[in-house]
Amino acid sequence: MKSVLGDRKAITLLLTPALLVYTLIILVPVAWSFGLTFFSGSALEGFEFVGLENFSRLFSDPYVWDAFWFTIKYALLVTLFQVVLGYGLALLYNFVLRKSSVLVRTLVFFPVVLPTVAIALLYQKLFQSAPVDGLVNELLVNVGLSSVDWLGTGTTAFVVIVIMDVWRSVGFYGVLVFSGLLDIPDEIIESARIDGAKSFKLLRHIVLPMSLPILFASFIFSINGTIKVFDSVFALTGGGPGNSTTPLTLYMYRTAFQFSDYGYGSTIALLLTVMCLVVTLVIFRSSRRDLSV
Amino acid sequence: MSTATARRLRKPLISALALAGVGVLVLAGCSGGGGGSGEDPETLEFLKNAENTTTEPILQALADGVCSDENDAMPLEINSIPQADLDAQIQLLATQDGLPPMFSAGGNPAEGAKLWDAGYLLDFDKALTDLDARDKVSDGAVSTIEKLYGGAFNFLPFQYNIEGIFYNKAIFEENGWAVPETWDDLLTVAGEAKAAGLTAFAASGEQGWPLTRLVSGYLFRSLGADAMQKIADGDAKLTDPEYVEAAQQIADLGAQGYFGANVASLDYDAASNEFLTGKAAMIYMGSWLLGNINSDANTIGADNVGFMPFPAVDGGAGSIDEYPSNVGLPATFGAKTYTAGVGDWLKCITENYGNEALSQGQITGFVADDTSIELPAISQTIKDTIDTSTDSVLWFEALFNAKASSISNTNAALLVTGQMTPEEFMTTVQDALDQG
Repeated sequence: MKSVLGDRKAITLLLTPALLVYTLIILVPVAWSFGLTFFSGSALEGFEFVGLENFSRLFSDPYVWDAFWFTIKYALLVTLFQVVLGYGLALLYNFVLRKSSVLVRTLVFFPVVLPTVAIALLYQKLFQSAPVDGLVNELLVNVGLSSVDWLGTGTTAFVVIVIMDVWRSVGFYGVLVFSGLLDIPDEIIESARIDGAKSFKLLRHIVLPMSLPILFASFIFSINGTIKVFDSVFALTGGGPGNSTTPLTLYMYRTAFQFSDYGYGSTIALLLTVMCLVVTLVIFRSSRRDLSV
Repeated sequence: MSTATARRLRKPLISALALAGVGVLVLAGCSGGGGGSGEDPETLEFLKNAENTTTEPILQALADGVCSDENDAMPLEINSIPQADLDAQIQLLATQDGLPPMFSAGGNPAEGAKLWDAGYLLDFDKALTDLDARDKVSDGAVSTIEKLYGGAFNFLPFQYNIEGIFYNKAIFEENGWAVPETWDDLLTVAGEAKAAGLTAFAASGEQGWPLTRLVSGYLFRSLGADAMQKIADGDAKLTDPEYVEAAQQIADLGAQGYFGANVASLDYDAASNEFLTGKAAMIYMGSWLLGNINSDANTIGADNVGFMPFPAVDGGAGSIDEYPSNVGLPATFGAKTYTAGVGDWLKCITENYGNEALSQGQITGFVADDTSIELPAISQTIKDTIDTSTDSVLWFEALFNAKASSISNTNAALLVTGQMTPEEFMTTVQDALDQG
């Protein structure tokens, strides 16, 4: 095996097809999209070179910054809930339910396999306020509160999006962290207990430090998914009311494909790429530090 | 040849083959499936927006009946995609020469005009004159099409709608209200309707356009029929005080609670049902609502529905007789796929669509000359109004670019729920217009 991988020709042969496909379906469109940032127009009307106009527009467009802050807010909040609640679930599976956790695990994991659009429709009905109240409003009214037009204002719509996305993915993070917790040797826990560590101390000094790598992996998974959020928001609120729940991805899609403004759409895509790059760099830097400890 | 040489030769050969194989796969992936499209179509594929449910049954009835010969020669095949994706999809197909022979387009009229300018649409003026069927399309509908889609007869009026306020006659009679003719009268009626525990106006804030239609309705009455044309020409701005005043009036309706609670998330069907089940006194809507009014879903009865024009504004320049009109989201034929077979279909559709639609209770821009068809009273009222109306106006977003149109629709709910001031609303839309 070592001799095969030491052969330059073999390496070239093995890598070329994959590289070629990667180049054609990822790098070429990325370069193409970057090129489009200097143009305005659409395929129908033809493209016109406009230099840096799209970029100056990007910095003066309030919609971009609304979408940018929404994306950041959403990514941080949902990631936090996904990882923290996922960790809580994993602790529950591993230390409380133990062997009998299979049923609970399956139930909590179930939403992960459901299609996003189905979940969005379900949540639309749950949080419905017109023409008749949905389940949530019924509950509020029954305990003496007034019903809320959940999807009618930006703040409450954001709350519904966060609840929905955490609900549909927390099972995955539960299982992910659970698999990490299983790797902690029983002997260590046992000896810590003998040394007198009770539940919180055990968690703080033994379980948490030993599950840091898997927590870190969960965080990367989560932030990767949430920063690119599109489908759940698109299906639940369509970015509304107004543009109050529009993430960058949706604004980019609208600009390019609904407003036929491919040049500016590509410029927004570039901003999104830079944002993902920054997040990736931050993650890699911190992971390197983590390894060097 | 030694084994070593053979091996040396084989390696580049294999990699070349692998590269060629990958290349073929990628190219195969890039080329689209032809389907019914192409220069010489075998079927009459009609790509429409899924939300349009009225055209299909009529075309199907024609295909099974009077156009069966054309259907045998070139079977009708109807496909749907969501309306929100339609303009983008049509543009994509156009640039790839993959447009089907017949398709809906111009959800945003400006996008329809672009297709015409780029030469993708059939010139119906010429085609129908050649087919000797030009007189089967009403002049009113053609003039609306010309106003909207770049000045030519390039779309077909499978729908022809006028808009106004439908009202519940029984509720009006019980409360002793006269049909309002001025904006102030309308406000009085709305106030009394609210006091009687009714929703004054059923409207879908989720859709947005039923609310912005009220803004343009007010503008056409206060400033005249050219109010929105001036915006399109750049002679006026939406931020001018007289324009903001219109937005203020509609925002006030919301502030008074005349749209009912939770208007922001009420969808189109729910808003229509609110009116058709007698919970709302009035609904501003186009004549496409006749389908619902004449259906079983209408529990107040078709005879119980009245229709009035948008009322006059005191001292305004507009006339109450100018109805907003449109051709729905219209369909058209591709210029490149127009073959003799498609021409036969076009002739058959143009000659028979009007009567078939009328027999199904729908009013279109095609001439319906079959006098034996009896219409429900409300449909007859609308038909008479269309036949006798002298001039028409467009609607708020009719001459907007796609972005301004979208922003106007998505922010309308914020305007009537007080989350956005009239100034902010008009400024946001005007900014989008200035950019486009």
